[in-house]
Amino acid sequence: MAIREPVEAPGADIGMLSRPRVRGGWLSWLTTVDHKRLGILYIVTSFIFMGFASIEAFLIRLQLARPEQQLLNPDVYNQMFTMHGVTMVFLAIMPLGIGFGNYFMPLMIGARDLAFPRLNAFGYWLYAFGALFIYTSFIFGDAPDVGWFAYSPLTSLSNNPGTGVDYYMIGLFISGIGTLVTGMNLIVTIFNMRAPGMTLMRMPVFVWMILITSFLIVFAFPPLTIALFQVIMDRTFGALFYVPAAGALPILWQHLFWIFGHPEVYIIILPAFGVISEVIPTFSRKPLFGYPVVILSGIFIGFMGFAVWGHHLFTTGMGAIANTAFALTSFVIGVPTGVKVFNWLGTLWGGRIWFTTSMLYAIAFLVTFTLGGITGIMLAMPPFDAQAQDSYFVVAHFHFVMGGGALLSFLAGLYYWFPKLTGKMLPEAVGKVAFAFTVIGFYLAFFPQHFSGLMGQPRRTQTYAEGLGLEIWNMLSTIGTFVMAVGFMLILASVIWAFRNGKKAGNDPWDGRTLEWATTSPPVYYNFPKQPVVNDRDAFWVQKYPESVHGERVPEEASKPYDEHGIHIPAASWYPFIGAVAIFLGSYAVLYKSWLLALVLLGVLIFAVFGWAFEGISGYHVDPDEEAESASTGTGY
Amino acid sequence: MSSHAQNTHSDGHLTPQGYRSTRLPDAKLMMWIFLASDCMFFGSLIGTYLIYKNRSLEGPFPADVLDIPVTTVSSFVLLMSSFLMVLALHSLRTDNIPRFRLWTFGVAFFGSIFLGFQVFEFSAFVSEGLTIQQNLFGTTFFTLTGTHGIHVTVGVLWLLAFLIRSFVHPTSSKDAVYLEVAGLYWHFVDIIWIVIFTVLYLIEFV
Amino acid sequence: MPIRKWLRRAVPLAGLGLLLTACDLSGPQSIFEPAGPVAQEQLDLFIFTYWLSWGVLVLVVGVLIYAMIRYRRGKRDDIPPQTHGNLPLEIAWTILPTLIVIAVAVPTVRTTFRTEQQVVPTEGDVVINVVGYQWWWRFEYPDLGFVTANEIHIPVGARVIFNMTSADVLHALWLPKLGGKRDAIPNQNNQMWLQADEPGLYFGQCAELCLGAHAYMRVRAVAETQEDFDAWVAGFQNLEPQALQADPLIERGRQLFAQKGCTNCHTIDNYADGFTVGDPDFPNLTNFGLRTSLAAGVLDNTPENLARWLRDPQEVKPTNYMPTLWETDDPNRDEEIEAIVAYLLSLGTEDAVQAEASFMGGTDGN
Repeated sequence: MAIREPVEAPGADIGMLSRPRVRGGWLSWLTTVDHKRLGILYIVTSFIFMGFASIEAFLIRLQLARPEQQLLNPDVYNQMFTMHGVTMVFLAIMPLGIGFGNYFMPLMIGARDLAFPRLNAFGYWLYAFGALFIYTSFIFGDAPDVGWFAYSPLTSLSNNPGTGVDYYMIGLFISGIGTLVTGMNLIVTIFNMRAPGMTLMRMPVFVWMILITSFLIVFAFPPLTIALFQVIMDRTFGALFYVPAAGALPILWQHLFWIFGHPEVYIIILPAFGVISEVIPTFSRKPLFGYPVVILSGIFIGFMGFAVWGHHLFTTGMGAIANTAFALTSFVIGVPTGVKVFNWLGTLWGGRIWFTTSMLYAIAFLVTFTLGGITGIMLAMPPFDAQAQDSYFVVAHFHFVMGGGALLSFLAGLYYWFPKLTGKMLPEAVGKVAFAFTVIGFYLAFFPQHFSGLMGQPRRTQTYAEGLGLEIWNMLSTIGTFVMAVGFMLILASVIWAFRNGKKAGNDPWDGRTLEWATTSPPVYYNFPKQPVVNDRDAFWVQKYPESVHGERVPEEASKPYDEHGIHIPAASWYPFIGAVAIFLGSYAVLYKSWLLALVLLGVLIFAVFGWAFEGISGYHVDPDEEAESASTGTGY
Repeated sequence: MSSHAQNTHSDGHLTPQGYRSTRLPDAKLMMWIFLASDCMFFGSLIGTYLIYKNRSLEGPFPADVLDIPVTTVSSFVLLMSSFLMVLALHSLRTDNIPRFRLWTFGVAFFGSIFLGFQVFEFSAFVSEGLTIQQNLFGTTFFTLTGTHGIHVTVGVLWLLAFLIRSFVHPTSSKDAVYLEVAGLYWHFVDIIWIVIFTVLYLIEFV
Repeated sequence: MPIRKWLRRAVPLAGLGLLLTACDLSGPQSIFEPAGPVAQEQLDLFIFTYWLSWGVLVLVVGVLIYAMIRYRRGKRDDIPPQTHGNLPLEIAWTILPTLIVIAVAVPTVRTTFRTEQQVVPTEGDVVINVVGYQWWWRFEYPDLGFVTANEIHIPVGARVIFNMTSADVLHALWLPKLGGKRDAIPNQNNQMWLQADEPGLYFGQCAELCLGAHAYMRVRAVAETQEDFDAWVAGFQNLEPQALQADPLIERGRQLFAQKGCTNCHTIDNYADGFTVGDPDFPNLTNFGLRTSLAAGVLDNTPENLARWLRDPQEVKPTNYMPTLWETDDPNRDEEIEAIVAYLLSLGTEDAVQAEASFMGGTDGN
C-alpha cells in the first residue's frame, strides 16, 4: 500500500480523541466512515430485522390458521402485528433501499464516498440504535401494540399506560433523525459529486430514484417526527396534543402521520423501481426504454405522493368532496406508474433476455407490482374503500406492493449486486429453487387475503368467528407463509455459503452497463483509482461497446486523479458512534424520566458534536499511480 | 465536460475532496436542504397550533397572557442580530478578523437577549397559570416557541464555537463559507420567528 | 424448450386459479351479497374495476410472456439494437392508463356523492346515535327515546342514519352487507347512512384497532318489517316496572343482579320503580331477552351461552372488562348463574317461563 499518511486537511485536528487508525477487526466497523462498509452494515442490519419480523409473521399466521384459536392472547397478538409492521416498514425494507443506495450510488456516479462520510456513519448508527431501542421493549416490558401507524388516542397515557408506546415513539424518533440526515447527505452527494460529464440526464436510473427518495425523506419525515414528538410530549411531560378530554382532535395524528406515510410508501418503492431499472436493461442487454420518461414519471410520483395522503382517511368522515379530491389525485398516480411498467416491458422487447435469478425476481416483480397497483386503484375509490378499508383486502394490497414490489426487487438487487459486494457469485441453481419457493409462497400467502378481506375479515383482529367462510383462505395464507420461509432459508443459506465458497466473480459478471462494474469486485476501498469521466448514459457500456450506441470511448488519459494529492481517504471517527450511543442511552433516560442521566448524556452528545466539528475531515491520501497495480487485485476492506 | 476534471483547492472549492458538479460547497448545499426540511418541521408545528386555536376548554387564553410590546422588543433584537450577521460575514470575507469577532459576538449576544426575553415570557406565563399541561393553547404555544428557542440556542452555541475557534486556530476568508452557512441558518431562524410572531401574537389582536 | 414446457404446466395452473376465484364467496359478512342499495353500489363499482383490471393484467402479462419467449437469450447471444425509446409509443402508453383512470374516475365520483354525501334526516328516516366503547357499541334511538347495545333493529326500506362518535379510542362500525363502514372518533361526529332491502340478520364488526378484545367487538343488525320494528320499539317505550316477579327463579335472579354488583354498571330501565341503576357508559341490558347475541355479538343468546359468559367472561372474550363474579370453588355458582340467566332472558319476553324451562333442560353444569 502506497499510502502517504497523514496528510492533514487544513484547519483540522483540534481533536480530543485520537483518530481511530485500526483498519481491520470488528472495532473498525464502529468507527468506519466508508460508504461501502456502512452500506453493508445497512443491508445486514435490515436483513437481521427482517428475520425478527418474519418470526412475528409466523406467529401471526399460526394464530390465524384456524378460527377461534387462542395460541396468542389478544395483547400478545397486538404486539406481534405492530412489531411486524414497524419492523418491515421502518427497520427492514426502507433501510435496505437506503443501504443499496449508500453502497452503489457513489460507485454509479464515480464518487469516492458520500459528501459527508461521518454524517453517513451517524445516520446509520441512529437507525441501528433506534431499531435496537424499539426491540429492547420486548426485554424491558411490553412491546408497542398499537399498529404500525399508532393511531391516537390509542397511544395516550390513559388508554395505554405501558411503556410499549414510548418505545415506539422514541425509537422511531431517533431512527427517523438518522434517516433524515442520510437523506440530506445523499442529495448533496448526488448533486455535487457526480463524475465529470455525468449530467443529471446521464445518471443511472437507480441514482435518480435514490435522489427522489431522498427528497421525499427530507420533506416527509418532519411531519412524522413532529407527530412523534407531540406524543412524547404528551406521555412524558403531560402535554395535551392527543388528549380528547382536553378538546384535542385525534384525527390530527392521522393527517400528520399520512402526510409522512404516503410519501413513505414511495420512499420504499422508488429505490425498488431503481433496482428494476438497472436489472432489466442489464439482463436484456438493452438500455432502459424511455429513460427520460421513466425519470419524469418517478419525479411526478414523488410530487403526487404528497397530495394523496387523504386516501388513507376515506372512512374518517372527511366528507364526499374531500374524498373525491383525494380519490382523483390517487388515480393520477396510476398513470406514471403504468408508464413505468410499460417502459420496462419495452426494455425487454427486442432484447436478449438472460434468465438469471436476479432477472426472474425482476419479472416476478413486474406481475406482482401490477396486481398491487390494480388493487391500489380499487382502494382509491372511496365507496369501495368504505368496504375494504381496514380489511384483509388492504393487507393483501400493501403486501403485494411492499413485499411483492419492494422486497422482490431488492432480492433481484441482492442477486444482481452480490458479486460486486463480495467478489463471489451466488449459486444460480439454488437461487432459482429458492425463487420458486419464495414467489409461490408469496402468492399463496397473500392472494387469498383479497378474498378473506372482502368476505368480512378486518385486519388486526386476533381471531375470526367460525362460519364466516374465512377458514380456507386463512389456512392457505398460513401454508404460503411457510412455503415462503423455505425460500428465504435457502437464500440465507446460499448467501452464507457463497460468501465463503462461492465461485469467484469477475469485475463484470453480468456485462453491466453502469460504472460500479468498472471497478474491482469487491471494490477497492477508494472505489476508483482515478475519477471516471462520462460522456453518455450507461457509461460503462459505452466504454465496452461504443459502436453499439454510436458513442465514443473516453480516452484513458481523460480521467484525472480526484485531487492533487491523489485520493483523499477521510479518517475514521469515534464521534458519530459516541453521539449515537449518547442519544440511544438518553432515550432510556427520557423514557424512564431519569433527568440527571439525560443531562449527562446531553453533555456527552454536545461533546461529540463539538469534537466532531473540531477534529476536521483529516485522513490521508492514496496515490493512484503508485496504487495502480494493487488496485487491479482489489484488496477490499 | 471533462474540462473541469482538473480540480484543486485553488478552484475555490473549500473541501479538500476536489471536483464538485454544481461548484457549490457541500456544506452550503447541505444547509439549504436542511432548511427546506426544517420548514416542514415548523410547518407541522404551526399547523398544529392553528388547528388547535380556540379549542382550549379552559383559560388562560391567548388574549389573557400575550404581551405584544415586550415580544415586539425581543423580535426587534432578533431581527437586528441578522443585520449583525451580515456585517460579520462581510468582515470575515475581507479578512478583517477583529471586526469579524466583534460582530459575531454581537449576533450571539443579541440572540442571547432574545432567549432571555423568552425565559422571562415563559416564567410570566407560568405564573399566570399557563403551563404545557393547562390547555391546548399552552401545549401548542410552548412546544412551538420552545422548538424555536432551541433553534436559537443551537445558533448561539454554533456562533460562539466559531468565535472561540478563531482564537485557537487561524481563521481567514477561506472559512467564510462556513460562517455563511451558519448565517443561512441564523437568517432562517429569524424568518421563522417573524412567521411565529405573526401567527401566534399579532393575529390574536387583529 | 424448457420455457414452453413450463408454460404447458402453467396454463392448467392458471385455470385452477380462475376456478378458485369462481368458488364460493358467500358468507355472513361477505360484501358479495349486498342487501341494500349502498352496499350494492359499492359492489357494482368494485365489479366494474375488477373486469377492467383483467384487461390491464392480460395486456401486461401477455406482452411480458410473449417477450420472455420471443426475446430469450438463446443461440442469439449478440448485442441487440440499443433502442432508447419511441415517442409515439410513450404517448400511446401514457394515454392508455389515463383513459383507464378516467373510466374508473367517472363512476367513482358519482357513487361517492351518492353514498357518502351528508344527509339531513327527513320523515321516515331512522336516526341512531352510535358511541363506540372498548369493546361494545351503544346505540341510542333519539327520536324514539331509548338506548340499547350491540344490536340494532331497523325497518326494511327505511334510510338509517348513524351519528357516530367514540368514548375512548377509535372504532369503526362495519356492516358489510348493508353499506360499508365509518370510523367512530372522539371529539368528532361522523355520519353514515345505509338501508336494508330484505328482512334478515346482518353481521358486522369493529374494523378499527381498539386494542384488547377488538376481534370480539361485533355487531348485529336485525332488519324487519315496519310492523315488527314498531313492536320492538314499543317494547322499549312501554316498559312495566318489575317490582316482584311471579316466578321465584326469575325473582331470585333479579335480586342477585343487584347483589352480585351487576347494577353498578348495567342499566335495566325497568329494573325497579322509582330509581335507576347502572352507568350509561356500560351496556344497557333493557329487553335483553330479545337480543340474538351476547357479549357484543360473540355468542348467540342462548341460556347455555349466557351461563358460559357469566361463568368466565375472559374465556369467551379475552381481555374484556366484565368481571368474573364467582370463584371457581364457589358452591353457589351454578345455582346463582342459573337464576341470573333466567332473569336476563326474561327481560322483554312474554314467555319467560319457557326460557327458564329450556335452560333447565339444556344445562350440563360445566
